[in-house]
Amino acid sequence: MSERKLDELVRQAHERNDYDALINLIPYAKLIGIECLRLGDEMVFRLPQNADNIGNPVLPALHGGVIAGFMEHAAMLHLLMFMGSPHLPKIIDFSIDYLRAGHYRDTFAACQVWRQGRRVANVAITAWQTHQAEPIATARCHFKVDEP
Amino acid sequence: MSDSDTSIHARSERFLSMLRHCQVLGLRVEHADRQGLTLRLPYSDQLVGNPDTGVIHGGAITTLMDTTCGISTACVLPEFEICPTLDLRIDYMHPAEPHKDVFGFAECYRVTPTVIFTRGVAYQTSRDEPIAHVVGAFMRMGKAGRVMDAGTRDGGQGA
Repeated sequence: MSERKLDELVRQAHERNDYDALINLIPYAKLIGIECLRLGDEMVFRLPQNADNIGNPVLPALHGGVIAGFMEHAAMLHLLMFMGSPHLPKIIDFSIDYLRAGHYRDTFAACQVWRQGRRVANVAITAWQTHQAEPIATARCHFKVDEP
Repeated sequence: MSDSDTSIHARSERFLSMLRHCQVLGLRVEHADRQGLTLRLPYSDQLVGNPDTGVIHGGAITTLMDTTCGISTACVLPEFEICPTLDLRIDYMHPAEPHKDVFGFAECYRVTPTVIFTRGVAYQTSRDEPIAHVVGAFMRMGKAGRVMDAGTRDGGQGA
């Protein structure tokens, strides 16, 4: 996809407050079912309850890899939406701490860009279910942002 | 294959078959013995993270490696234990090639009564050319985690 088209998609999504087109661009995001909600200037990402995302069938609990994939993609979308990167950021490394079981219900994530240089961005992600103050996981990652 | 390797293989397959999301991704046990576990993630269009290149999303690689590291505990434990992930770190050496399956290999390099330390790689052609390096720590649940059939008790693998 050209940089112009991606730029245009981001601009339209902000204008219409409808991020579906941006989400639908990425098959993996559709597979696990990521959604974006804009609350004022804040962006919150939502992963709706979905039986296909379950790892442990007994609790039942979401697969840790899905929680990680959700958080990684939230960070990527966040950069795309707020940092004016005209192309998809590329993952360099990703580190996650699991703090509580991710139960079979909706999961939310919010991102904090701690640093964006010309070449690399550092993003921290928090994921929660019932209360934002009781995260189920925290993660941090680096993205390469300098070239397509 | 020795008897114990056969049972490690069977235990790994049973473990994997219980994880619904892994069935959605089509994960399969490629190889399992006392030295470690290898799983296969088949390439699929629904796992794409970059529509321009067709490269698989990092999230699918993370799921492959979380699962591989988690189930690799079966290679060193005498009986079935559910070990939830404490943390996981992935370093990408280079992007996966599109339209090719990805393999995950993991081994346990230290087992204590409370924690199991695992490490591994994701690769496509050879383990010597990894697309990602991974380390992960898994918690041991004590008695609560040791169940004959994991389907009978609570636990939190991968959560």
